[in-house]
Amino acid sequence: MSLVSTLKGEEFTPPSPADFDLPPIGGGFGSFDLFGQTWVVGVTKPMIQIVLAAILVFALFYLASRKRAMVPGKLQFVGEEAYGFVRNSLGRDIIGSHDFQRFVPYLFALFFFVLFNNFMATIPFIQFPTFSRSGMVYSLALMSWVIYNAVGIKKHGFVGYFKLQSVPSGVGGPILVLLVPLEFMSNILVRPVTLALRLFANMFAGHLLLILFALGGEYILVHQPLGYAPVGILAWVLFIAVALLEVLIQFLQAYVFVLLNAMYIQGALADEH
Amino acid sequence: MHTLIAPLVVRAAEEGEELNPLLPHLVEIVLSLVVFGILFFAIKKFVVPNFEATYTERTKAIEGGLAAAETKQAEADAKLAELEKQLADARHEAARIREEAREQGAVIIAEMREQAQAEAGRIVEHGKTQIEAERQQAVTSLRAEVGSLATTLAGRIVGESLDDDARQSRVVERFLADLEAGTPGQN
Repeated sequence: MSLVSTLKGEEFTPPSPADFDLPPIGGGFGSFDLFGQTWVVGVTKPMIQIVLAAILVFALFYLASRKRAMVPGKLQFVGEEAYGFVRNSLGRDIIGSHDFQRFVPYLFALFFFVLFNNFMATIPFIQFPTFSRSGMVYSLALMSWVIYNAVGIKKHGFVGYFKLQSVPSGVGGPILVLLVPLEFMSNILVRPVTLALRLFANMFAGHLLLILFALGGEYILVHQPLGYAPVGILAWVLFIAVALLEVLIQFLQAYVFVLLNAMYIQGALADEH
Repeated sequence: MHTLIAPLVVRAAEEGEELNPLLPHLVEIVLSLVVFGILFFAIKKFVVPNFEATYTERTKAIEGGLAAAETKQAEADAKLAELEKQLADARHEAARIREEAREQGAVIIAEMREQAQAEAGRIVEHGKTQIEAERQQAVTSLRAEVGSLATTLAGRIVGESLDDDARQSRVVERFLADLEAGTPGQN
């Protein structure tokens, strides 16, 4: 990792995307050549994290929901509050009380899956955002794209759905020539891309910033004359401040990701655009 | 954990070449999808039904409690209205009875007074009659007595010689003594 490499060299190596390309734990189990590339067989840290997050989410909420007490204990209360938050503010209030119930498991699982994976960036000794791996995010965005389009097509039919998503109501005449491709682009093509990039880029940039403050501060303190030490300490103070800010961003990104999912579903179910 | 294929773009970071973080690793796409899929089904099957059931049961319990309370309240209200009605009836009844009693009392008093006056009148009348009768009797008997006395006295007076004052006075004294002894005409 770059922490080691920075200590070795005299020159400061700024953090780069390579810092996110973690090698398999223990070097992997082996490798083979295919398509002119070397493929390493192994398990990387974010892979473990994503599984761990899923297990944690399930374990927490299974334990919280299992008792079904009329007067909830602490754990059940927390679980119910968390569930009620997603169910009501992300599900019912956005999708509408008529249809929302069948999307609640999806939204609920998604929110806490993303949230826990984001928190991985702050949890000590893990400190790596799972969703700074773009592939992890692409699949979720792809899934939400499939879901909201499928929901819309199922409700309105193929033609009806694309008409709903592409032809803005209350607009007629030649302006449609301009608007229809734009609407189609923004509602069908661009959405999954922005959905994925928003989450990925936030996690990626946030972690990059943290690495920069941590390594920069360390470099100044270790490899520079003592006079620069206050700057290094300032960098570490900022590191802490940014780390706290990151917690907020982690929550917000999980919230926005699920909020947009709910809004896309709502838009696909809507009768009039 | 299962062995997964991690296609680390093979040290494509071969010194100097930048990695593009936007290029995904296929295995990560698949892994993320599979893990979330499993989580989704587990949540859907084991967690959401529990929460929903708890909500429903709690709502029911609360609504049941409210309904029971409403029934109780309605019952209490009905009871209260009934009692109030009874109370009003009782008050009304009492007032009626009091009024009746007053009327009856007035009637009784009037009757009594009338009776008493009648009685008093009768007694007075009776007294008057008796007094009159006694007076009449007294007058009658007195008249008879006075006559007899006068006759007796006259007889005596006439029987004696009236030329002597001493004798005269003796006769009168004897008469009076006879009167006192209650045996007139003796001697």
